[in-house]
Amino acid sequence: MNSKVKEPLFHIVKRDALPWQRGLRIRLLAILAALVVCGILTTVLTGINPVQVYVTIFMGAFGTARKSWITFQNVAILLLISLALTPAFRMRFWNIGGEGQVLIGGLAAAACMICLAGKLPNALIILLMFVTSLAAGAVWGLIPAFFKAKWNTNETLSTLMMNYIATQLVAFFTIVWEMPKGSGKIGIINQKTNIGWLPNLFGSKYLLTILIAVVMMILLYIYFVYSKHGYEIAVVGESENTARYVGIKVEKVIMRTMVLSGAVCGMVGLLLVGGINHTVTTTIANGQGFTAVMVSWMAKFNPFTMAFTSFLIVFLNRGASEISTTFGLNQSFADILTGIILFFIIGCEFFISYKIHFRKKSEKGAEN
Amino acid sequence: MKKSVKWVAATAAVMLTLSATAGMTSSADEGTTVKAGFIFLHDENSTYDLNFINAAKEACEEMGIEYVFKTGIPEGQEAYDAACELADAGCNFVFADSFGHEDYIIEAAREFPDVQFCHATGTKAHTEGLDNFHNAFASIYEGRYLAGITAGMKLNEMIANGEITEDQAKMGYVGAYTYAEVISGYTSFFLGARSVCPSVTMEVTFTGSWYDETAEKEGANKLIDDGCVLISQHADSMGAPTACETAGVPNVSYNGSTESACPNTFLVSSRINWAPYFEYAMGCVESGDAIDADWTGDLKTGSVELTSLGKAVAEGTQEAIDEAAAKLEDGSLHVFDISTFTVDGKTLDSYMADVDTDADYEGDHEAVSDGYFHESAEGYRSAPYFDVQIDGITLLDTQF
Repeated sequence: MNSKVKEPLFHIVKRDALPWQRGLRIRLLAILAALVVCGILTTVLTGINPVQVYVTIFMGAFGTARKSWITFQNVAILLLISLALTPAFRMRFWNIGGEGQVLIGGLAAAACMICLAGKLPNALIILLMFVTSLAAGAVWGLIPAFFKAKWNTNETLSTLMMNYIATQLVAFFTIVWEMPKGSGKIGIINQKTNIGWLPNLFGSKYLLTILIAVVMMILLYIYFVYSKHGYEIAVVGESENTARYVGIKVEKVIMRTMVLSGAVCGMVGLLLVGGINHTVTTTIANGQGFTAVMVSWMAKFNPFTMAFTSFLIVFLNRGASEISTTFGLNQSFADILTGIILFFIIGCEFFISYKIHFRKKSEKGAEN
Repeated sequence: MKKSVKWVAATAAVMLTLSATAGMTSSADEGTTVKAGFIFLHDENSTYDLNFINAAKEACEEMGIEYVFKTGIPEGQEAYDAACELADAGCNFVFADSFGHEDYIIEAAREFPDVQFCHATGTKAHTEGLDNFHNAFASIYEGRYLAGITAGMKLNEMIANGEITEDQAKMGYVGAYTYAEVISGYTSFFLGARSVCPSVTMEVTFTGSWYDETAEKEGANKLIDDGCVLISQHADSMGAPTACETAGVPNVSYNGSTESACPNTFLVSSRINWAPYFEYAMGCVESGDAIDADWTGDLKTGSVELTSLGKAVAEGTQEAIDEAAAKLEDGSLHVFDISTFTVDGKTLDSYMADVDTDADYEGDHEAVSDGYFHESAEGYRSAPYFDVQIDGITLLDTQF
C-alpha cells in the first residue's frame, strides 16, 4: 500500500516549445552567467579588474569606426559561410566542406587576377572572377553530393576530405605564383594596378561584403520559407522516403542544394580574395568553414538568427584578442574566454529544450 | 522571471556606467613624442617572434617609449587592419616582424603618410618609393659563418678523435624554403665550417614551412639517417634541436640558445638582435630624421650575435670565432669571398642577383665585385639575395 518508490534526486523532462521571449531570456542569462564566470576567472588568474575586461571586449569590437567596420565585415563573412552551409543542413546533409569550398572559390578568383591581368579589361576580369569562383565552389559541393545521391556515400567524410584537396591545391599554386621566388608567399596580387580588386562602395572597402551578406540573408530566408525548392529541402531533410512518396526527386534535390551551398561558399572565397585580402593562402578561410557549422546550428538554421550568432562569435573573438593586446596576455587566454562563453551559450540550449525536476520532500507522500 | 529581468537590467546599467569611466585611464605623457606599435606573427611561443618581442621591450623601456604589442597577426588583411588600428591609436612608429606582412604594411603606409612603418625581412622598400616605409635586416650571414666555424671545429675534433674519417664530415641542414634568406644562411654556415674543416660537405632538406615542428624533426632525422654527423637549421621550431638531442648529434641552432632543452648537443646559436634597429628607428622618429629605406645591422652595430657556447664545443672554438669576427668587422674577411667557393666547378666572377621584387624572377643587380659577393649591402637591399647553389652542398629536395 505504502510502497516506497525511490525517486531520483532529479529527472529531466522534455519541455514543450517555449515562448520565444522566455527562450531569449534564458539565452541572455546564459551570456551574463558566462561573463560573470569569465570575470571571476580573469581576476583570479591575472588580478585584472573584470569590469575593465568587459569594457575592453566591447572596445575591441567597437572602439573606433575602423574597428566597428572590421567587426561587421567579419560578421558578414562568417554569416555568409553559415548561410551557405544552411541549405545542406536543412536537408540533413552534413556539409563540413565549407572551408574547402571557400578556398577553391578564392583560388579561382586569384587565378583570374594573376593570369588575366593586363590581358582583358578589368570589368571583364571581375565578371570572370565572379563566375569562376561560384562555379569552383559549386563543383566542390557537387562532387560529394553526386556520390551521396548515386551511391549513398557518407557526405561528412567526403566533404571533409575535399577540404584537404582544396588546401593542397592552394599550397601548390602558392609555390607556382610565389613572389619573390622561394618565399612561399604570393603577397598582394596586382598591388600597383589593383586589377581584379572588387570595387569600394561609397568609398568604403568594407561595405560591399556587408551588403552582400544582408542581401543573401534575405534571399535565403525567402528561398527556405517561401519557395518550392525550400519546401523540398525540408521534406528531404525530414524523411527521404516521404519525399520520394510525394514525388520529389531526392537525388536531384541533394545535388541542386549542394551546388547552391558550394556556390555561396565560392562567393565568400571571391570576397576574401578579390575584396579583402587580395591574395590567397591556405589559411585564408581561417577555420570559419567549421565555425559556421556551429553558427548555423546555434541559429537553428534560421538566417536572421544566424546574423545574431555570427555577430556574437565575431564580437567575442575580436574582444578577446583586444584583451590580450591591452593587458599583454597570451592569445590563448582570449581563446579560453571565448570557450567559456560558447560553453554557456551552447549549454543553455539544453535548458531551453529540457526541464529539470528536482525531488521535492514535501510532495513525496502526496505523489505516491 | 521578473527577478531575472531586473537582474539583467541592473547588471547592464552597472556595466554601462563603468564603461563610461574606464575610457579615461590613458597613460601620462612621458616627455617623448614617440608611441610605438608592434605587429608580431605569433606570440612568445615562437622563437622567431620571441626574439623580436624581447628586443622591442628592451628598446622601448630603454628609451621610455610607450608601446603596444599585437601578437598573432596573420599575413593577410589582418596585418593591414592591425597597422591601421595602431596608427588610429596614436602610434607614430609601427613595426611588423614577418615577411608576409610587407604588402599589407605598404598599404597602411600609403594611408598614413605621417606614421613611420618599418618591416623586418622585407624586400620592397627600395623600389616602393614611399618615404614612410622601410625595410631592415642584419648581416646574419656573418653570424652563420661564425656558427659554421664552431661546427667545423667540432668536426675537426670528431676527426681527431677517430669518431669519423675526413670523408665522413658531412653536415645536415634543415631549411624552410628554397628562399634566398635560407640559401644565404646555409651557404654562409657551410663556408664558415669549410674555412676550418676543408673536407666538409653538406646536405640540405626543406620543410616548406617556417614553423612545423614535426617536419623539422623528421627532416633532421632523415639527415642523421643519411650519415650527417652535425645538424643546423633555419626554421623556427624546436624540431631539429630536439631530434639532435635524442640522437646525440651536435646541433648549431638559430634565433637563440636551445641549451636548456638540449644540453648535450647544443654547440652555439646565431641570432639577430633587433634592439639596435629599434633604437635607431625610434630615435629617428623622435628627432624627425629620415629612416633608411634599407637598414642592415651587423657585428659592429650589435645586431648580429652569437650566444654563449654550449659545453659540447671543441677546444679553441672561442678563439677561432673571435679571430674571424675581428676580420669580418675590419673588412679583411668576406663571407662570400669568391676564391673560397665554386659554382659548377667555376669561380663565380659575375652574378646578377634578383634584388628588385617583381613577377619575373630575373637578376637585376650585379652583386659580385672586388672579389666577393656583396650580400645585404649598401645600394642593394637589406634582405638577403644570395641564391647561388655552390659546390659541396647537396639539396635533397627542392619542391618548396
